[in-house]
Amino acid sequence: QKMAKEGLLLLDMWASPFCMRVKIALAEKGVAYEQQEEDLFGGKSELLLTSNPIYQKVPVLLHDGKPVCESTNIVSYINETWPSPPLLPPCAYGKAQARFWADFIDKKVFEAGGKIWMSSGDELEVAKKDFIEILKQVEGALGEKDYFGGESFGFVDILLIGLTSWFDAFEKFGGFKVEDYTPKLSAWIKKCMERESVAKTIVEPEKIYQCVVMLRKMNGIE
Amino acid sequence: MASQEVKLIGFWVSPFVHRVEWALKLKGVEYEYIEDDIYNKSPLLLELNPVHKKVPVMVHGGKVIVESFVILEYIEETWKEGPLLPQDPYERAMARFWAKFAEEELLENAGIALCSHGSQKEKAVKSTIDALEKIEGELKGKSFFGGEAIGYLDVALGWISYWLPVWDEMSSMQLLDPMKFPSITTWKNNFLENPVIKENLPPKEKMVVYFQKRSKELAPAMASRRHA
Repeated sequence: QKMAKEGLLLLDMWASPFCMRVKIALAEKGVAYEQQEEDLFGGKSELLLTSNPIYQKVPVLLHDGKPVCESTNIVSYINETWPSPPLLPPCAYGKAQARFWADFIDKKVFEAGGKIWMSSGDELEVAKKDFIEILKQVEGALGEKDYFGGESFGFVDILLIGLTSWFDAFEKFGGFKVEDYTPKLSAWIKKCMERESVAKTIVEPEKIYQCVVMLRKMNGIE
Repeated sequence: MASQEVKLIGFWVSPFVHRVEWALKLKGVEYEYIEDDIYNKSPLLLELNPVHKKVPVMVHGGKVIVESFVILEYIEETWKEGPLLPQDPYERAMARFWAKFAEEELLENAGIALCSHGSQKEKAVKSTIDALEKIEGELKGKSFFGGEAIGYLDVALGWISYWLPVWDEMSSMQLLDPMKFPSITTWKNNFLENPVIKENLPPKEKMVVYFQKRSKELAPAMASRRHA
């Protein structure tokens, strides 16, 4: 168990899309860090439990021993501590739009996707419909732009792209393809995957799918 | 840019609207307040906030900003005098963390406790008290969450000083026991004594009537916001 008092330590879990957000942000800023893999099912480390006593969740970013929790909050912290390159637009209104969509994505996307693989029958159809509806709204925010913030890869892109590593699993269990409903969003995913920070961080969909298969078994879903 | 016209669409009893008003007033920003009846939403509200259809909605020089925490950050960045957030990135991250915690763990549960009965209420009351204990721990020794002066977190959590005691009394929940929560009790008095805050609170009697009337309607909405 690592106890980095100097520098950065990320308490991590390989399949967590929220941890992926932090890794991408750190890579974009060119900042070095150490990682500690947490076994969320076998037993969380003492460091995790003391660093994040409120939620006991990953990711936690320890900077010189001081913990920052909640992935969106961590990405904001990274952006403010290492300002270059900036992840948010320069103007207050651009920042507000980014924060609005960050909040929307955080509240809706992953949970809606989770309902797909956690349900079956009629419930599954409703979950699928809700998820697609939410993705359409997110695609609307992208519009004709290259990235959510405009011409540069930034805050909202980082928050969403990690979640897309789980889309393949949602698609398999839901029997649909995101591409058929939100082609612009799918094109954006492909574009983001060409970035080194993203390509190196995003876990292969097949591995996530196997993780979800295991989670379903653990939750007694068939 | 900062001198452009500011409009705020709100609802008189909303704690979310009040936190925005407190921020604007603490910074001395002039604005036009437009009351909207959330039970009979205006076409203007639906046009300006099509995604969530909620107040508060701020319009600044034609730009529309929604979601109270997003609005607070926008106000902070646009009117830089009298900063509400700390300067240090770590302190800022802490303030934002606690604001989100209070919103998700305290406000939601307190709302459910107010509007529900039986075992659901019991559960919600317990969760509310657990959350209050954590906030008490965060506050210990300080006059305000921001230290010596009112800051972002005080504004974000300000509803605890005034809405929570009203709900507490209405529903006999004994949430804000001064023996259990001495720091929060002191903070509550400090916060309410601030002239900007004192002059920008909804009338208590009206509030009690409102929540008594609407708690049945609010109940399913409160419960459904809670994720499993």
